[in-house]
Amino acid sequence: MSEQGNRPLIEVKNLKEYFNINMGMFRTKPLKAVDDVSFSINKGETLGLVGESGCGKTTVGRTILHLYKPTGGEVWYDGKKLETRADIQEFRKKATMVFQDPYSSLNPRMTVSDIIGEPLDIHNLYSTKQERMDRILELMGHVGLNSEHASRYAHEFSGGQRQRIGIARSLAVNPDFIVCDEPVSALDVSIQAQVINMFDELQDKLGLTYLFIAHDLLVVRHISDRIAVMYLGKMVELADAAEIYDRPLHPYSKSLLSAVPVPDPKAARANQRIVLTGDIPSPLNAPSGCPFRTRCRYATEQCAAEIPEFKEVEKGHFVACHRTAEVN
Amino acid sequence: MSLLEVKDLHTSFFTDAGEVKAVNGVSFFLDRGKVLGIVGESGSGKSVTAYSIMQILAGTGKIVSGSIKLDGQELVGAGEKVMKTVRGNRISIIFQDPMTSLNPTYTIGKQLMEAILLHTNRNKKEAWDRAVEMLRLVNVNEPEKRMKQYPFEFSGGMRQRVMIAMALACEPDILIADEPTTALDVTIQAQILELMGTLQKELGMAIIMITHDLGVVAQMCDEVIVMYAGSICEQGTADEIFYNPCHEYTKGLMRSIPTANTAGKKLQPITGTPIDLLNMPEGCPFAPRCDAAMKICIKQRCENMQLNDDHRAACWMNVKRGVEDGSITLEGGADHE
Ligand SMILES: Nc1ncnc2c1ncn2[C@@H]1O[C@H](COP(=O)(O)OP(=O)(O)OP(=O)(O)O)[C@@H](O)[C@H]1O
Ligand SMILES: Nc1ncnc2c1ncn2[C@@H]1O[C@H](COP(=O)(O)OP(=O)(O)OP(=O)(O)O)[C@@H](O)[C@H]1O
Ligand code: SF4
Ligand SMILES: [Mg+2]
Ligand SMILES: [Mg+2]
Repeated sequence: MSEQGNRPLIEVKNLKEYFNINMGMFRTKPLKAVDDVSFSINKGETLGLVGESGCGKTTVGRTILHLYKPTGGEVWYDGKKLETRADIQEFRKKATMVFQDPYSSLNPRMTVSDIIGEPLDIHNLYSTKQERMDRILELMGHVGLNSEHASRYAHEFSGGQRQRIGIARSLAVNPDFIVCDEPVSALDVSIQAQVINMFDELQDKLGLTYLFIAHDLLVVRHISDRIAVMYLGKMVELADAAEIYDRPLHPYSKSLLSAVPVPDPKAARANQRIVLTGDIPSPLNAPSGCPFRTRCRYATEQCAAEIPEFKEVEKGHFVACHRTAEVN
Repeated sequence: MSLLEVKDLHTSFFTDAGEVKAVNGVSFFLDRGKVLGIVGESGSGKSVTAYSIMQILAGTGKIVSGSIKLDGQELVGAGEKVMKTVRGNRISIIFQDPMTSLNPTYTIGKQLMEAILLHTNRNKKEAWDRAVEMLRLVNVNEPEKRMKQYPFEFSGGMRQRVMIAMALACEPDILIADEPTTALDVTIQAQILELMGTLQKELGMAIIMITHDLGVVAQMCDEVIVMYAGSICEQGTADEIFYNPCHEYTKGLMRSIPTANTAGKKLQPITGTPIDLLNMPEGCPFAPRCDAAMKICIKQRCENMQLNDDHRAACWMNVKRGVEDGSITLEGGADHE
């Protein structure tokens, strides 16, 4: 959780990812899943990424790792821009991903040791069989699995244990940076707490940097140093975790945070929820100007005409809204 | 007389490996216009309790004993004919998995109208209007157009909202919502919870809300049942459960929630693994994982005791505390060290 130095490990500049959607009759239309997103993550830091379903969180994670080729923009790793294929290949050994669904993301026909060993095989990270096994057992130790588990199959494990297997696998290449895509959403509260603690411990022990995607805002608040909020492919706000919780500036962040159900009946009764009306617009037909304007109660003509700039309004606090001053 | 009275319900699955006692002596009341929350670990019997009330148990599942009364009428053993009038008309359920509960080959409109025609006195035109109105209420945009689309054209969250619309369109006395909002974002979830709350107040509908999300429980529920290994370990008003938990499992559950105050600190998970329902221990089912467990907890199960007007719990710690402060005197000298 600590910010070890303030040097960015990952820098994302004007990242774009457009998918070509087939509209029939040989026409295609770009779906702007990620549109001009910029941010950086410091060494040893956790950046939380939140926003509605379909707003582009997973796509941001995958595009940073170059699992999708970026449509535009740049990704920098440790002060160096990723340009050549060799850069990207090298980067893939330093950056990995943990997936959302512990039930479907592991091959049920593989043993735990094969699942964890696969990235070692792919990247040629051992010279003897013994060395491979030692490394697998070490990784299992990191995530609290015992050595007896090695020869068992993934389907024999509970959700929380499967998530541990997935995390051990993502640690196999000795990464510096991990994109955690909703790693605890499928788990029950008490097991969720075990897995969150493990992420914490691994960060301390191995000096990891995380991009932590989740829709449970209490979880994100707990684990993140800073939090970024996305809406319809764009970043709308980014600030310190405590700052964004206590004083969200963007109208969307405000409603998002007020809608979080707090596990406290008296606070829940007192809470003034800002209930949004209307559905999320389709990214194929994104509104002109500010993407949030169709659901924003502060919207004016300017909001329809111009895309608000994502700018630093206070130290470390970025917002994309024309009316930040009036709204707050 | 309460709207729904469940007494000592036992439901089991008779599998090749043996009898899985999924629900093991559950009792509760539900009054008109109230919201009852059911929480508990994955596999603790929340869904099976709901399916038992509807009598829609899968495979080898059977109600072994107990009573379920709706407005005084016994449903256990009442037969399929009675249950057909109960399902949909009187009690509706929103299933945990919205993907499997819509028919992929029919349009959304056809499925909604079918439910409305079957369970209310409306003609086709009125049913169409009602269906459109319900879609609009659950915030599906352009409902007229959406009526003609198929389930695969909807996102997961939208399908879940269709299921909610379908369950509400029939104006049931009791709505059972099994994890109704897990696939939804918080802002859409807030809209749906608001809608349920309004209907519950306007129509006097009672709700059974099954969820992992203690935030949803805090926001919606009057009363809460906490389940562990097929039994109720604690039940009471929401305030009692949140501010005065009296079962070690509930305490552990509350401790494991991340809050604004836990940032930068370790969370406190419940350690150990869930119990094997095929091999239930004699004593308290939570004892193997309980830090406070005493000798008696392992030997003998504590009954669900009344602690005050609003609160019951099945934990020996309450007996210990009672003995210590003199509010309970032991007969026969059970050892509780
Ligand atoms: N491979 C793809 N081809 C076409 N469209 C895609 C693809 N992957 C994602 N999309 C679209 O891009 C948008 C962003 O999707 P993404 O999965 O990044 O959202 P998300 O924020 O991760 O949502 P969730 O919270 O539901 O996981 C969506 O509209 C989605 O339909
Ligand atoms: N068809 C079945 N055959 C055998 N056992 C079953 C069947 N359905 C459920 N069970 C068992 O009954 C127990 C209770 O299951 P139930 O679905 O009620 O749990 P739950 O509390 O709803 O959990 P979750 O929070 O994961 O939905 C579980 O141990 C489960 O394995
Ligand atoms: S730019 Fe306008 S529409 Fe967008 S959030 Fe700000 S006030 Fe609302
Ligand atoms: Mg995603
Ligand atoms: Mg269930």
